[in-house]
Amino acid sequence: MPPRLIFEKASPGRRAHAQAPAPEAAPPVDLPAELIREQDARLPEVSELDVVRHYTRLSQLNFSIDTNSYPLGSCTMKYNPRACHRLASLPGFLDMHPAAPDSAAQGLLECLYELQEMLAQVTGMEAVSLAPMAGAQGEFAGVAMFNAYHRANEDYERDEIIVPDAAHGTNPATAAMCGLKVREIATGRDGDIELEALDAALGPRTAGIMLTNPSTLGVFERRILEISSRVHAAGGLLYYDGANLNALLGRVLPGDMGFDAMHLNLHKTFSTPHGGGGPGAGAVGVAASLKPFLPVPIVEKIDGAYRWKTEAPRSIGRLAANGGNIGVLLRAWAYLRMLGREGLRRVSDHAVLNANYLAFRLAEAGFDLAYPSRRAGHEFVISLKRLRDETGVSAADFAKAMLDEGFHAPTVYFPLLVPECLLIEPTETESPEALDTLIDAMARIRDQALSDPQAVISAPHRMPIRRPDEVLAARKPDLAYGPALES
Amino acid sequence: MPFIPHTEPQVQDMLRRLDADSIDDLFGEIPASLQRPAPPEIPAGLGEAGIGRIAKARAGRNHPLLCFAGGGAYEHHIPAAVWDIASRGEFYSNYTPYQAEAAQGSLQLTYEYQTMIAGLTGMDVANASLYDGATAFAEACLMAVRCNKQSGSRRIAVARTVHPAWRAVAGTLLRGQGLELVEIPLDARGKADFGPLDRDSGDGFAAIAVAAPNYLGGFPDVKAWRDRADQEQALLVVGVNPVALGMLRPPGEWGADIVCGEGQPLGIPMSGGGPYLGLLACKARYLRQMPGRVAGRTVDSAGHTAYALTLQAREQHIRRSRATSNICTNQGLMVTAATLHMALLGGEGLRRVAEACHARTVELVDALTAIDGVRRAWDAPFFHEAALCLDRPVAPVLAALADQRILGGVDISAEYPELGNALLVCATEMRTASEIQAYASALSGIMRGHTVSSRQARHAA
Repeated sequence: MPPRLIFEKASPGRRAHAQAPAPEAAPPVDLPAELIREQDARLPEVSELDVVRHYTRLSQLNFSIDTNSYPLGSCTMKYNPRACHRLASLPGFLDMHPAAPDSAAQGLLECLYELQEMLAQVTGMEAVSLAPMAGAQGEFAGVAMFNAYHRANEDYERDEIIVPDAAHGTNPATAAMCGLKVREIATGRDGDIELEALDAALGPRTAGIMLTNPSTLGVFERRILEISSRVHAAGGLLYYDGANLNALLGRVLPGDMGFDAMHLNLHKTFSTPHGGGGPGAGAVGVAASLKPFLPVPIVEKIDGAYRWKTEAPRSIGRLAANGGNIGVLLRAWAYLRMLGREGLRRVSDHAVLNANYLAFRLAEAGFDLAYPSRRAGHEFVISLKRLRDETGVSAADFAKAMLDEGFHAPTVYFPLLVPECLLIEPTETESPEALDTLIDAMARIRDQALSDPQAVISAPHRMPIRRPDEVLAARKPDLAYGPALES
Repeated sequence: MPFIPHTEPQVQDMLRRLDADSIDDLFGEIPASLQRPAPPEIPAGLGEAGIGRIAKARAGRNHPLLCFAGGGAYEHHIPAAVWDIASRGEFYSNYTPYQAEAAQGSLQLTYEYQTMIAGLTGMDVANASLYDGATAFAEACLMAVRCNKQSGSRRIAVARTVHPAWRAVAGTLLRGQGLELVEIPLDARGKADFGPLDRDSGDGFAAIAVAAPNYLGGFPDVKAWRDRADQEQALLVVGVNPVALGMLRPPGEWGADIVCGEGQPLGIPMSGGGPYLGLLACKARYLRQMPGRVAGRTVDSAGHTAYALTLQAREQHIRRSRATSNICTNQGLMVTAATLHMALLGGEGLRRVAEACHARTVELVDALTAIDGVRRAWDAPFFHEAALCLDRPVAPVLAALADQRILGGVDISAEYPELGNALLVCATEMRTASEIQAYASALSGIMRGHTVSSRQARHAA
């Protein structure tokens, strides 16, 4: 049973008295009565200790990187260093109002400028804007810049974007927000894009292509240079979805592969926390041809002083009320400075070593790799189709059983083209011993599926709840405590 | 090696099992021409002590000023418990709660957050956050167009008193879908001038958008706005400040269809501008067009109460190019902080914060407008911000105040040229009577010409 809701723990008139101004500091207001609410807002009436206990208890019902391993493909759930949190929380950073003059924010602006420069180096891009607040906003910025670029060239017919079938859902959703039609192309049996399908999709209506490399199948697109030359020859541009940059960090630069624009998920590759769903940061980098279109603001350095550049005549414009998720950017800055030049490649080296080791050992243990002939990047796909056919245990069942073993489930049923798939990404911060524990747990679940499938199909057994009824949740939405909704 | 646990013998053992001679072998499928011989040129790595020294020096080179600025970011007291609890690893380092069984804490918290935001705004449902107030406004506009297909219009009429950055972000995000924002200007008293709509011969409006309180601190005539929306058969989108809603009538009571807002005042540090928290709430009938994640209460297979993300068929990972938005990552940790903040204050506490903000701003405006050359843009009620007009350009005055460690407000002269030399000032519950007096005497000195900004002096030299 879950804890009662905070509202159910309330007593009328109880408050955390230290937290609000005293009544004498808050005199009744002299405003027209029709503006004023008749009753105080229905917020919980609880003490400070009630609040601390309730939310501490709730926190204990979560898995987190600090408590559990997350082999969660495409999400790069690596350790979030405490130093980055501590340093980004220094009062000199936290207490800064966004309207403070640049002269009073030189320390902050220097960090952000340095981050822009380091990210440009790390990606092989000409320039970087830190404004996008998540990967999806970085994608939006990239595709909006493609549109702006084509318009600037008086090329008005380009209304299609090519997206491989294995792409993240944000790619087609972003293209639609930018007013483009999505042309999906198939992945070949070896995990690479089919060039014939690409050629068939390319044409005078091609605005560009959105690619993840290594792809969400965990394999490197080997003909990327051929792809980029064909797309460019057709007048299109290439967008790099940086979700999988952890596989290449310090070794392969998206700019060298021919990409014109990209985003970085700082909450993946650069270790800022996921926070239960965010905030992230989706800094966007571009080749020289797209630089005039970058979203504002951007930090500039002029005569040794730093300033926000808030206007640029050809910019796609603003994406955020202010300069983006600055606290997240500071954490990424601290992480990159700690890694340093020599640490970049250690990240991808050990991320890829861990993934290949895990893939190899799981194959040894009887799991089916989706692409057995390919080297894994930083993640890989296994298919449980054979297990499901033999035992009735699905990928979802298997994932739930992993929770009972103390591991967060891998990404399930994505990418969509591999049946009963698990997408597994160990990251570089898991030790070989932790990987061995994971392999043992997965082998144990597989053995149980073969001997007692019902035990796996009914998992989890040791979590705070059993499986939630998602059909009921969607059919009769209960989204707020109180009166039932009619929708 | 920072953050990498492998010992060298372990690496060798793993490579041996993979039948590889070196880690380089694992990258063999990548064309050699793409593999850089040396890593990119960034500075050498630092230990924790080393990065700490640099970060502290730079944080020290920022000069937080005595804050009389608002304009979408506000200095409020944040109870110590808010970030003590929000920074627990189980909140800080957990993932999006797609695996409900491993995230009941965050899911129940999100359900409580949605309840609090729905209660505060007077709406039926709220989502689990968008990035910030500006993107929440843009998504509210996009959502309104989807909800009002019968209007056949691709246009939204927006009050000029909506935050300029919100309007700018909406412009960026709506352009791609061919949607148009039409501005409703200010009349001489700071009220909406619906004249341009009366004269408009376009195809109507899918939505009308206003903020209450607005960017200039004032209150729109909400009945006039609701009537106008009805007349246009448009949805009414309302931008809010959640602290103001501690004392103001919630927009759900006066007819808002979709409410959006900046959640930063709910326990989130100003942090130079982000990360903040985008609020979005709506009437139940528009739920299926709402973007972003939503947590719902249901039961588990044993019949016990359980929480899960729901209505995911609206979202990009299911619906792809037909999703309500491309948003994936949201502002989960900020939701955690805001929930703690609202629970600690309660309804009465939040009202007192709002009332104290209002009282301090009344004192501030009285003190500043007593100075020669400073007057109010218009005489109308305000919440905790007011537009002042100066008899000279605002920028040098703000620079001179900054020299005295005072952030005197936001210069809005460029955004609102119709107001002339205009300054937006704010006092939250954090400002004391003596701080307000200090601001007034500093400004008085500057207006009498006693103090010249050091920058002006340098410029003159």
